Amino acid sequence: MDDLYRELIIDRYQNPLYRGMLEPNDITFEDANPLCGDELRIDLRVDVNGLVREAAFSGHGCAISQASADLLLESILGKSLDEVRNITKEDILEMLGIELGPVRLKCALLSLKVLKAGVYGLGEADDNLVE
Amino acid sequence: MKSLVPANVLNVAHIRADFPILEREVRPGVQVVYLDSTATSQKPWQVIEAMDRFYRESNANIHRGIHLLAEESTAMYEAARVKIAQLINAPSARQVIFTRNTTEAINLVAYSWGRANLHAGDVVILTEMEHHSNLVPWYMLAAELELRLEFIPVTPQGMLDLEKYRQLLKLSPRLVAFTHMSNVLGTVNPAAEIIHLAHLTEAIVVVDGAQSVPHFPVDVQALDLDFLAFSGHKMCGPTGIGVLYGRKSLLDAMPPFLGGGDMIKKVSLRSFTPNELPHKFEAGTPAIAEAIGFGAAVDYLQGIGLESIAAHEQEIISYALERLEEIPGVMVYGPTAEYKGGVASFTLAGVHAHDVAQILDADGVAVRAGHHCAMPLHEKFQLNATTRASFYLYNTVEEVDKLVHAIYRVKKIFRT
Repeated sequence: MDDLYRELIIDRYQNPLYRGMLEPNDITFEDANPLCGDELRIDLRVDVNGLVREAAFSGHGCAISQASADLLLESILGKSLDEVRNITKEDILEMLGIELGPVRLKCALLSLKVLKAGVYGLGEADDNLVE
Repeated sequence: MKSLVPANVLNVAHIRADFPILEREVRPGVQVVYLDSTATSQKPWQVIEAMDRFYRESNANIHRGIHLLAEESTAMYEAARVKIAQLINAPSARQVIFTRNTTEAINLVAYSWGRANLHAGDVVILTEMEHHSNLVPWYMLAAELELRLEFIPVTPQGMLDLEKYRQLLKLSPRLVAFTHMSNVLGTVNPAAEIIHLAHLTEAIVVVDGAQSVPHFPVDVQALDLDFLAFSGHKMCGPTGIGVLYGRKSLLDAMPPFLGGGDMIKKVSLRSFTPNELPHKFEAGTPAIAEAIGFGAAVDYLQGIGLESIAAHEQEIISYALERLEEIPGVMVYGPTAEYKGGVASFTLAGVHAHDVAQILDADGVAVRAGHHCAMPLHEKFQLNATTRASFYLYNTVEEVDKLVHAIYRVKKIFRT
């Protein structure tokens, strides 16, 4: 339990570094987790070289989903969209530094799902994006 | 033998001994504190054994077999129906139709009665505190038939606004569908009054009894009910079995719901004659063992007495509300204890419901987190999610204390 709610996760939940919205933006996408009602939107600004320059998330959710969104956005700054497309479930779990059961895994992966759906320019987010 | 314990006081220690799962350690040294009976109740050994015995000794398909096992199985299945009819004081067991659950029972009414009796422009009254199971079937039917849906509002105290209801009745609704007890707020709605007023305008009434029938006596004749839906698994029975009770004249006039075996009297190459009640609405091999388990659950609850169970839950919820409300940052939703059953949905400032539930789980405290299949109600109260603790006959005040203790641990981890 104390592992799950590590200092890092509580800190990022209570004092996120990348919370907000970017208007205008180059990429924006939002989705919800119907199980818990969490909603998440991610906005990106991409430079002429196709690298992520700015990123922000908004919405509401539990500590795991919010902290994972904050850490994920931090990790993609300066990366190419191709690199973003290659981020996996394992990368997220490594960032969070915790192990999760199937229910909470959905909380942790919501941000990656939203991010990838936006970068791929999909109409709808799909669980296959984070399998 | 006369008991020395007053009639209304449950011997909870004895009751707990009937539920093997309550002994379970969810992690080493941590015994489960099961506070999620509104989602599904635990099962006493009497129910588990009844189903086990059925499969070991009697199992056969029902209604047509001539051999002994088939006759025994049929008798057991039909005996369960009679027990359930007695529980709700139905005039006849033929008015007790087995379904999969409350949801399927409500869908049966929507598809069969609704399609045959409702037309474009007809008004259907629902409430803002419904479970999705008593909303979505009507949304689907409204889209198909162009019905007009109206909603009885919920007051900030978590009660139905009956003044607004009286105004809505001026629209001459054809149907009023409401929950007898809210699965989120715990509010016990004044069913007799709502039904009486609906009948004055000649509306048919559907009552979602998923939370009422398990927790206090419900008498379909005293309430003058048209339709009542409830589930076995929320009242010490197995999953996969529920009931639709209906007024005989309504059920007789309704077209069948699902087509197939058992629901027919006669089938020729291009036509069929529907069977009599209740078989008309029970197509295919039903959940036989589950119906028998449901019957055993009804025996079990009747043996204890639903009035005693209701009194016990009232005691627990009063104590729980008192303890929860003294925790800084906790906000409990719904009316005061006298107007509700054993359900406490709350938020903790600064902590998402999922995180509350997760940390409670570490102490073995099993609660529900989310919108509890009542998203419109959460929207009304501008909530994303709540944490819900719910109580049944086997819960104790000591378990409430464990819940409160665990909530303080959440506050410590989140530094609130």
